[in-house]
Amino acid sequence: MNVLTYLIPISLVLGGMGLLFFVFTIRSNQYEDPEGDAQRILSGDYDDRPKQD
Amino acid sequence: MTATMRPPASACPACVAAPAAQSLADMEVPKDAHIVLSLPTIHCAACMSKVERALNADPRVHSARVNLTMKRVSLSGDTALTAEDVIPLVEAAGYEAHELDTAALSATATDRAGRDLLMRLAVAGFAAMNVMLLSVAVWSGAAGETRDLFHWISALIVLPAVAFSAQPFFVNAWRALAARTLNMDVPISLAILLAVVTSLWETSLSGEHAYFDAAIALTFFLLTGRYLDHRTRSVARSAAEELAALEVPRAWRVTDTGEEQVSVADLRIGDLIRVRPGGRMPVDGEIVEGTSERDRSLLTGETLPVLGTPGTAVSAGEVNLTGPLTIRASAVGRDTSLARMADLVAIAESGRSRYTSLADRAARLYAPGVHILSALSFLGWLLYSGDLRTALNIAAAVLIITCPCALGLAVPAVTTAASGRLFRKGLLIKDATALERLAQVDTVVFDKTGTLTAGTPEPVNLDAFTTADLAIAHALAEGSAHPLSRALTSAARAAGIAPAQVTGLTESPGYGTSATWQGREVRLGRAAWIGGTATDQTAAWLRIGDAPPQALLFTDRMRDGAAEAVAAFRQAGMTVVLLSGDTAAAVESLARRLDIAQWMAEALPQDKAARIETLSKNGAKVLMVGDGLNDTAALTAAHVSISPASALDAARVASDIVLLGQSLAPLPEAATTARKAVKRIRENFTIATWYNLIAVPLAVAGLCSPLIAALAMSASSVTVSLNALRLR
Repeated sequence: MNVLTYLIPISLVLGGMGLLFFVFTIRSNQYEDPEGDAQRILSGDYDDRPKQD
Repeated sequence: MTATMRPPASACPACVAAPAAQSLADMEVPKDAHIVLSLPTIHCAACMSKVERALNADPRVHSARVNLTMKRVSLSGDTALTAEDVIPLVEAAGYEAHELDTAALSATATDRAGRDLLMRLAVAGFAAMNVMLLSVAVWSGAAGETRDLFHWISALIVLPAVAFSAQPFFVNAWRALAARTLNMDVPISLAILLAVVTSLWETSLSGEHAYFDAAIALTFFLLTGRYLDHRTRSVARSAAEELAALEVPRAWRVTDTGEEQVSVADLRIGDLIRVRPGGRMPVDGEIVEGTSERDRSLLTGETLPVLGTPGTAVSAGEVNLTGPLTIRASAVGRDTSLARMADLVAIAESGRSRYTSLADRAARLYAPGVHILSALSFLGWLLYSGDLRTALNIAAAVLIITCPCALGLAVPAVTTAASGRLFRKGLLIKDATALERLAQVDTVVFDKTGTLTAGTPEPVNLDAFTTADLAIAHALAEGSAHPLSRALTSAARAAGIAPAQVTGLTESPGYGTSATWQGREVRLGRAAWIGGTATDQTAAWLRIGDAPPQALLFTDRMRDGAAEAVAAFRQAGMTVVLLSGDTAAAVESLARRLDIAQWMAEALPQDKAARIETLSKNGAKVLMVGDGLNDTAALTAAHVSISPASALDAARVASDIVLLGQSLAPLPEAATTARKAVKRIRENFTIATWYNLIAVPLAVAGLCSPLIAALAMSASSVTVSLNALRLR
């Protein structure tokens, strides 16, 4: 029974982290263009370093 | 001596840099220009890449990102950058681009309501999954202190989650109760609250049953329905908004220093306004300078252009065709006949019977029914067992099990599937109840110009002319932007007839074109100017030297899919009627071509609306299809209405569905899909009803444990959702 002391908090924390990530994706407008995002993975345009300002 | 000759070092090193910092701060930070373009022809990853690459290659553009779902590109760039600068870049890459009015789009740029619902949905989903995990452990045999621990942890998760996620239901329920009415959200809120309260009570007494999972799962499923419903509306709203944003309303005002471009809203009575050929009159006014032909088809339905000379009154919404005009504004904004005719919509709107959707009718039965049932169960068990705790538990079970999930999902799921399907066919549904009304239609009424016809004339008697004569006509037609001239040019080119060699080509606005061919004067144009006799049919007259004038006859070209649409409607057993403001000859001709038995010509806007009201009084459910301002009253009076995207703003606003493509072929399919959608909705209600007939007696008898309630709830929701997907 002592294992529950660890498993329950771990599952809640992991679930909470998932929720926080989802909230982050909502706030950064990542669901505005579902069709475009699906097509974008087929594009050959990509970079291997951050954009230079 | 060296030390004393050096200037003393500053006590504050920052002071030395202060002037530089000050000058930096004084420089105003340049604000990026923000431009949004509509790209109707993009459709794949290569299109996205090409557009973004073409725009980012220009140093004035800071960033560009294509939104394929909305078929737009948003870009930011130098302050001085304008849409006129970037549109050629996109067109050079091979794509059609139109400026969108960012002010008109800003209302829904941040979809706050959708995002808010999605946030609450996420919290409810998180809580539901965790509580269900704990509940499965309890159902699997956890007992005693372990069960109590799980119940308390569930309570800790559910209480804040319900407080946050179920707010939309609580707010709506409170609003309904404040108005002394019942809606769907009242039993939902009561079920959620009662489930939480009884569960807390049970848990505090170390009881066996708790409904925490039911409360949060209920919230999650119903929020899903709300979110689907919202997405359906927002897709329609944003696309309809884009149509309005495409018309950036500007006008050229003549001032002492020349012409300036101003917003139409800034025009005043008495202003002089330049309207170029192809432009639309922004205001009512009077022609001061110039002679031209005007296309009044959107206002009156007339196919024939009307001559305008100095002193002629013009109305906002007319299209200037052949010559530049200067007009003096006599009525602006709300005072124009455009706005006055739009007021007809408001009058018809007040007379329109309010349609009650299937969901509202179902809720009317469900809301009081479930309350009565729950209350009776509570009283019965209280009298029978004398135990308040048991009675309250069973009342909660009855409320939870009566399937608000299926009712809440039944309509939004189907509507979302149907709207998505029709949207891919180019039909934009602005109101969910339009589908239900469209399913009931048994009569279809069409407007003519711009709806059944493309509003573009085509010549019909070229066979009566020799090739040489047509070559001359072709040459003369090329000298004018008149729609008849353009139609003649297209037809001659399609027939492979090259224009003859003419000299001195001159256009006389409002009359026609003249030139010299082999030493003889040749003319193409108005009957009176050529010497011909006017006919009922649209005609341009051709005279070569002293030969007798010959008439080139034109017919309004039918829109793509018009014949198929009319035939399909008739085959489906619907009555088809043609109403038009055009002349009797033109209307009869088109009616014969399309095999439409009932037609009315020279109909004014009130005549069209009156005709539809007459049909409605006789029991018909009318679908009105029209595009002109003279159709708006009829569009509003009809049971359901459709207008093409090319329609005037007022017509699109008055209609329930907007046809985005050029072809009319999707219209019969829209009616078919609507009937299927309503069938699915009724099936979903049937599923919910049968579920209730089986589950409610069990709950009333006290035989429903939380596990059974949870399984039943999930099964009903999944069944309803899968049934809706059969429509896709």
